Amino acid sequence: MLTRRNFLTAAVGAAAAAGLAACAKEDGKSSDSPGGGSKTLTLGFSQVGSESGWRTANSDSVKSAAKESGYTLKFSDAQQKQENQISAIRNYIAQKVDVIAFSPVVVTGWDAVLKEAKAAKIPVVLTDRSVETSDESLYVTLVGSDFTDEGRRAAKILEKVLDKAGHKGPVKIAQLEGTTGAAPAIERAKGFKEVMDADHADDWKIVVSQTGEFTRAGGKQVMAAFLQSNPDINVLYAHNDDMGLGAIQAIEAAGKKPGKDILIVTVDGVKDGFIAMSEGKINAIVECNPLLGPQLMDVVQKVKDGEKLERWIKTEESDFLQDQAKDALPSRKY
Amino acid sequence: MTTTPRWRALTRHHLFWPVAVLIALLIVNVPFTPDFFSVKMTDGHLYGSLVSIVLFGSPLILVAVGMTLVIATGGIDLSVGAVVAITGALTCSYISDQTDQNALSVVFLAMGVGLVAAVVCGLWNGFLVARMGIQPIIATLIIMVAGRGVAQLITDGQIITIHSEPYKLIGGGYWLTLPFSIFVVAAVVAVTVLLTRRTALGLLVESVGGNAEASRLVGIRSTRIKIMVYVFCALCAGIAGLMISSNTSAADGNNAGLWIELDAILAVVIGGTALTGGRFSIGGTVVGALVIQTLTTTIYTIGVPTQTNLVFKAAVVIVVCLLQSPKFREKVFGARRSRNLTDPAPAEPVLPAAAAPKPPKTSTEVSR
Repeated sequence: MLTRRNFLTAAVGAAAAAGLAACAKEDGKSSDSPGGGSKTLTLGFSQVGSESGWRTANSDSVKSAAKESGYTLKFSDAQQKQENQISAIRNYIAQKVDVIAFSPVVVTGWDAVLKEAKAAKIPVVLTDRSVETSDESLYVTLVGSDFTDEGRRAAKILEKVLDKAGHKGPVKIAQLEGTTGAAPAIERAKGFKEVMDADHADDWKIVVSQTGEFTRAGGKQVMAAFLQSNPDINVLYAHNDDMGLGAIQAIEAAGKKPGKDILIVTVDGVKDGFIAMSEGKINAIVECNPLLGPQLMDVVQKVKDGEKLERWIKTEESDFLQDQAKDALPSRKY
Repeated sequence: MTTTPRWRALTRHHLFWPVAVLIALLIVNVPFTPDFFSVKMTDGHLYGSLVSIVLFGSPLILVAVGMTLVIATGGIDLSVGAVVAITGALTCSYISDQTDQNALSVVFLAMGVGLVAAVVCGLWNGFLVARMGIQPIIATLIIMVAGRGVAQLITDGQIITIHSEPYKLIGGGYWLTLPFSIFVVAAVVAVTVLLTRRTALGLLVESVGGNAEASRLVGIRSTRIKIMVYVFCALCAGIAGLMISSNTSAADGNNAGLWIELDAILAVVIGGTALTGGRFSIGGTVVGALVIQTLTTTIYTIGVPTQTNLVFKAAVVIVVCLLQSPKFREKVFGARRSRNLTDPAPAEPVLPAAAAPKPPKTSTEVSR
C-alpha cells in the first residue's frame, strides 16, 4: 500500500515537473520573439493531422520554409479533431503570435474562435482547405489548390496525351472518382467535364464513372469491373494517383498495357505515381502541390507588412508528361 | 406430383434462398456485360467477371468464415477490419525494410510476424470476452478503434509500397491458371468444415452459443472454446489482411479492410446463421460473402450513379433479408402455394408426402 502510494506521488511529481519544464520552454520561445524586435515573426500553425504522404509533405514544407525565412514556428497536429484545432488556435491567441495559419479539419464551426483571433488583432491565414463563415473578414486569405482547375488541367493534358499517342477515333473515358461528397472528388469531376463539354462534346465520352474511394484497392476493384462491362475503354481519368495505381494492376491482369492500350491521367503527383509514370504506365499527372510552405511564408510577411492580398492565393502547380517523369522523380518529396 | 415435394424440400434447404439470390444477381449482370459468364485465358491465367468476383471476394469470405464461428458462440467480432490493417501493415513494413524483397525466407517471416500479431489480437478479444465477461461488442470495439491507430503507427500514416513477387502471389497472383487466393480460401474453408463437422468441435461451439452456462455444467470448457473462436476469427482476418495488402502490393493503414466487419456480419446473416448464436452454416456464409461481392461488382458494371450506390446496396440487402425470413415468405408465398395445392384434385396425397420429408430433414439439420 505504502509503496503504491509512494509510486503514485512520484509519478504525479514527475508529471508536474515535466509540465513545468514544458511551460518554461514555451515561455522561453515566445518571449524571445518580441525581444528579437520586429524582425522575427511568430507563426502559429495548426495542421489537420498526418493521414497521408501528401499531408506529411505539406507539414514538412511548412516547417522547413519557416526555418528558411527565419520565423519562429509553433506547430501543432490536430489529429483530425476540430476541438484540438480550436484549442490550439486559442493557445496561439493567448501566446500573442503574430499570424495564425491552419488547415481546417471541417468546413463549419469556426466563427467563435476566429472572432477571438480578430478581437486579439491576430490575422488568420487558411491553408489547403477553406471554411464557411458568416463574416468574410474573419480570415485574410486562403493559400491552397483549386480542385476545379485541376480537373480542367487534367482534360487539357489529356488532349496532349492523345496527340502524342497519335490517337484516332472516339475517346471512351473511364473515370475513377474520389470519395463521394469530398470536395476534391466533386470539383475534379466538374472541371474535367467543363472542358470536355466545351471542346470535345462530340468525340470524348465518359462511358463509366464510379467512386474508388481514393484508395488503391478501390481503384483496382472498380477498374476490373469496368474492363468487363466496357472492354472498349481507351482512357482512364483517376482523381488521385493511388486509384490510378490500383487500376494499372487491374488493366495488367486483363492482359492490356496501361499507358498504351489505355491512356492514363491522374491527379496529385505522389512519388509512387511518378515511379509508375517513369515506367510508362501513367501518361500524365496533374500536380496537386502540398509544398505550399514557401508561398505561405511569403503571404505571412505580406500580411504583417499590411499589404492587400487576394482572398484565394492558388498554389503553384504544374503538369507532368511522361518525358518529364524521370527528371522530376528524384525531386519528389512525398 | 413427385416434383412438388422435391421442389418444396429444395426450397426449404437452408442454402436455397442465398443461392437463389446469388444466381439472380449474376443474371442481372448479363444485359450490361454480355459476356459476363465467359472466362478466357489471358497471359497464362483465367480472366473474367466470375474470376474477379472470387478474387476480390476472397478476403471477405475468409473474414466471414471466422466471424461465423464467433457468432455461433453468441458473440460478435468488430475488430476484424483493424486486424486486417495491422497484419497488412506489419507484413509490408517488414518486407519493405529488407534489401532482397523477393527472398522467400523474408516473405515467410514477414507473413509470420503479421499473423502472430493477428493471433495476439484474437487472444486479447477472447480474454476480454471469455475471461473478463465483457460484452463481445464492447470488447472487440476496443481493437476496432485502437487497431487502426496501431496500423497507422506502424506505417507512419503512409501507404507502404512493396515490390515482392512471392508476396504478390497470395492475394493477386495466379497458380494453375486460377487466382492463388482461391486455393487459400478453399483450404481454410475445408479445414474449418472438417474441424467443425467431422469432430465434436462444431457441436461444442453450437452448444456454447446455445447456452454457455449449461454447456459449462455438462463439462464443456466454454471459456476455452470462446477464446479459440476469437483467435480463429482473428487468424482468418490476418490471412485476409495478407491478401488485401498483397493484392495491391501496398499496405494502407487508413483504408485496408475498412468496414469489412460489417460486410462479414452481413454475409453471415445472409448465409442463414442467426446472430443469437447456436446453429451455424459455413456453406451459407461462403454463399453470403459471394452475394455481397457480386452485388458490389454489379453496382460497378451496371452503372449505378455513385451517389445512389449505398441506397441500391441497401435495397438489395433488404430484399435478401426478407426472402430469408420464414414469416415473410409465409405471408407472401405461403398463401398462394396453399391455394395452388388445393386447386388440383390430388391435393390429399400431396400434403402428407410434403409433410413426410420434414421430420428427417430437421434431424439432419440438428446433426449438421
